[in-house]
Amino acid sequence: MLPWYQYLIVFAIGGFICMLGQILIITTKITTARILVLFELIGVFLTAIGIYEPISDFAKAGVNVPIIGFGAALAKGAIDAVKTQGLLGVFTGGLGAVAGGIAAAIGFGFLFGSIFKARTKKY
Amino acid sequence: MTEQERNERYNQYVEAKIAKTHPWPSLFNAFCIGGLICVIGQLFNDMLLDVFPTLTTQNAWTYTLIFLIFIASFLTGLGVFDKIAVHAGAGTIVPITGFSNSIASPAMEFKNEGIVFGMCAKMFVIAGPVIVFGTVASIIVGLIYLFV
Amino acid sequence: MIDAENQTIYFKKKPHIIGNYAIVGPKEGKGSLNSYFDYIMKDDLFGEKTYEKAERKMVEQAIMGAIDNAKISPKDLKLLICGDLLNQIITSSFAARAFDVPYIGLFGACSTMAESLAIGASLVNAGYIDNVACTTASHFSTAERQFRYPLELGNQRPPTSQWTVTGAGCSILSSKGSGPVITCATFGKVTDFGIMDVNNMGSVMAPSAASTLISHFKDTNTTPDDYDLVVTGDLGKLGSEILLDLMEDHGYKLGTNYNDCGQIIFNGKQSVLMGGSGCGCSATVLNSYILKKVRTKEFKKVLFVATGALLSSTSTQQGDTIPGIAHAVVIESDDEVDRKNAKKESE
Repeated sequence: MLPWYQYLIVFAIGGFICMLGQILIITTKITTARILVLFELIGVFLTAIGIYEPISDFAKAGVNVPIIGFGAALAKGAIDAVKTQGLLGVFTGGLGAVAGGIAAAIGFGFLFGSIFKARTKKY
Repeated sequence: MTEQERNERYNQYVEAKIAKTHPWPSLFNAFCIGGLICVIGQLFNDMLLDVFPTLTTQNAWTYTLIFLIFIASFLTGLGVFDKIAVHAGAGTIVPITGFSNSIASPAMEFKNEGIVFGMCAKMFVIAGPVIVFGTVASIIVGLIYLFV
Repeated sequence: MIDAENQTIYFKKKPHIIGNYAIVGPKEGKGSLNSYFDYIMKDDLFGEKTYEKAERKMVEQAIMGAIDNAKISPKDLKLLICGDLLNQIITSSFAARAFDVPYIGLFGACSTMAESLAIGASLVNAGYIDNVACTTASHFSTAERQFRYPLELGNQRPPTSQWTVTGAGCSILSSKGSGPVITCATFGKVTDFGIMDVNNMGSVMAPSAASTLISHFKDTNTTPDDYDLVVTGDLGKLGSEILLDLMEDHGYKLGTNYNDCGQIIFNGKQSVLMGGSGCGCSATVLNSYILKKVRTKEFKKVLFVATGALLSSTSTQQGDTIPGIAHAVVIESDDEVDRKNAKKESE
């Protein structure tokens, strides 16, 4: 377990990133899909220029849990795979690194989609 | 007055007419719920490493994401997720929970149109761009690192 | 700014609304008009497998209910005029299968109730046909998945958006019998003031409503004060405020006798943002609250303006602006029409 102030940092940075998303929603009426793509690409970019790792060492889940972390994993996977496999790594690295997340989302989506029915919104 | 001028003026008028609401409550909610989800992820990750000290950092994070994705899908299925999200806004969309919800919700919604063209095809109406953009971006980054 | 004239037709042979029926979903049933609705569904699936099937069943029940209310038998029904919001108006056409009656399908988005009444009244007035059922329906969950997002998606509705009403309303028109009379109708023009925001329908439809109202007041040589109630279909809070401004710019002051179906169907505590919308909104309010009050003579003359935004998800994605439309009908109580006719004769 980490010391308590580490969780405070995670909370503050994770919350701050989500708040940025909320500011975008309020000011630009951005849709869900666009927010997801935008933050994901931010993660890819930060990794590509090499500053994601120090941020993530400091903020931990604060950046890894937001979809920024998903984008970062994609980019990191591609970069690492290129180093070991060359050209093949360009294609296998990215998706390989996030295969767990995508497979889980599709698998659980399929499972719960088959079990549950959509209900009318209350709000 | 040309039609274009009229439309521009009308759009400006409507924009000014929309009642301005205070953004603070929604920003506060997004901050708190988003932060909380990250803390839950961190707690799960730390406990996992306590129980299985042999796990690599990378694999522990993958387990954490799978855990959060499972929770978000399950809450979507129960119909609880959208009730939280109404207050949280980006607080539930920006974390990986939003990605999970964007796959599970159309799967539930469109299964009436059949398993193949309904549920499975429509599963990606919102998450599709995320996977496409992410993959394309990772290929570009890979190519840059290959040649630079 | 808005130029409109000569869009009104008059019905001299008194097409009566001899029966009416409104069925709504559970949320609407908790709204401020709940005591006026004929039937409130406990569950918005209505015992069916899908929301689309539930919407059809609502239409069928609305038509049967109106037939009962008009005290005629189903075989007396001579024509069905239906409309709804779904692609290829499947709700209307599929519900019409249940009736062995000629059928006309209409699409005017949320303006369809007034459109169907105007066309029905024209046919009745011309003497071609009696016992015409005019009906429209909408369902929150079918509209949401067609125009917006999956129901369980965790998104926030923008503050200018409206809530599609789950409900169906039916009126039966005939030249024989008694009941409120449709005395004239104003067909609206399609207007487009360049609004592109799909979550701000009120501002799309307000200019259409203004255009139709201006034409109506000019054609009939009346003012808003000549009506006990001027009611628009589903402009919502923002749209109504815009309409008041637009009308004032053109020299018409809508006073306390003005209201909007989208605003009165829900009460203030229900989180519906700007108010109700959808075909079912104006249809259920008209066929419950308004017509019941006209029957009890509380309202003697009502100007009913249903407004619609004519968009599809394709046009939105291709970046088109959203056109709007509004149709108006005047509904008067039976005595009022007789009194006026008597006055004319004596002159």
